[in-house]
Amino acid sequence: MKFGVLVFPGSNCDTDCHWAVSELGQEVDYIWHHQTDFNGYDCLILPGGFSYGDFLRSGAIARFSPVMKKVKQYAQTGGLIIGICNGFQILLEAGLLPGAMKRNDSLKFICRHVNLKTENNQTSFTNKFTHGQVVSIPIAHNEGSYFADEATLKVLKENNQIIFRYCSETGNTSEKYCPNGALENIAGICNKEGNVLGMMPHPERAMSDMLGSSDGRMVFESIIAASLQGRGKRDE
Amino acid sequence: MAKAKVFVTLKEGILDPQGQTVENALKNLGYNNVSNLRIGKYITLDIEGDNTKKELEEMSHKLLANPIIEDYQIEIEG
Repeated sequence: MKFGVLVFPGSNCDTDCHWAVSELGQEVDYIWHHQTDFNGYDCLILPGGFSYGDFLRSGAIARFSPVMKKVKQYAQTGGLIIGICNGFQILLEAGLLPGAMKRNDSLKFICRHVNLKTENNQTSFTNKFTHGQVVSIPIAHNEGSYFADEATLKVLKENNQIIFRYCSETGNTSEKYCPNGALENIAGICNKEGNVLGMMPHPERAMSDMLGSSDGRMVFESIIAASLQGRGKRDE
Repeated sequence: MAKAKVFVTLKEGILDPQGQTVENALKNLGYNNVSNLRIGKYITLDIEGDNTKKELEEMSHKLLANPIIEDYQIEIEG
């Protein structure tokens, strides 16, 4: 299958994402933020970083990039999209995922491995996980405190849209295991249709035990498996 | 040409850790009479045209503030 990695000015995990899917034997291209037309991709990756310097708010400017119009169309036609860290923030600002991101409650940039509980393994992004599986994937962010109003949270729960929660090594999701103040320990969510995922942790940084964890591979392996099963339409 | 000011603040009820930290710092300086300190953004701009109020509303809603977590207030001078 073929991945497209979006590159905004200030993206800094684009190379890592490109490497991660290449490592798994997949084709991959970079897509520059000025590109308004592209075709032939089975999955788009919005990588981490500081798009447009994170000016105003993380993701606020990137969402109006020329490339985003096509990304929205791609999402509407069922294409698979994963936004990681800043990519997640852009998807929220663009309204492709519900909610908003606030500054970490500690006011600190947090860069470390965290434990995540897999709350829904029935998605195109988590089919290689077992339900409730605890995985270790690093976070690196300053604005990762997920927020949604009560009504939105209710809808997220009703549709099983909460995919990952921060937890202890044994899968306890109580508040004290939340690194950033995120509502109900939310680390990753998907849209109602299940083709757009946003997550703060960086799976592309957890591709090898040598790097501390290889649990991130499962995210990309899930996408590949889903694509082989015909999930996520190609935009052609 | 009009001068406009846009004030962006976190919605009431949304935790503002930055505001809390600054409030605590003021208290450490002895200003124990301070409470409810909130930090926001203050944007100034010049704007031309007849429809500035409506346009500023749109700008604030679309880009300057994130209506999920922030409120905004617009002031137009002249």
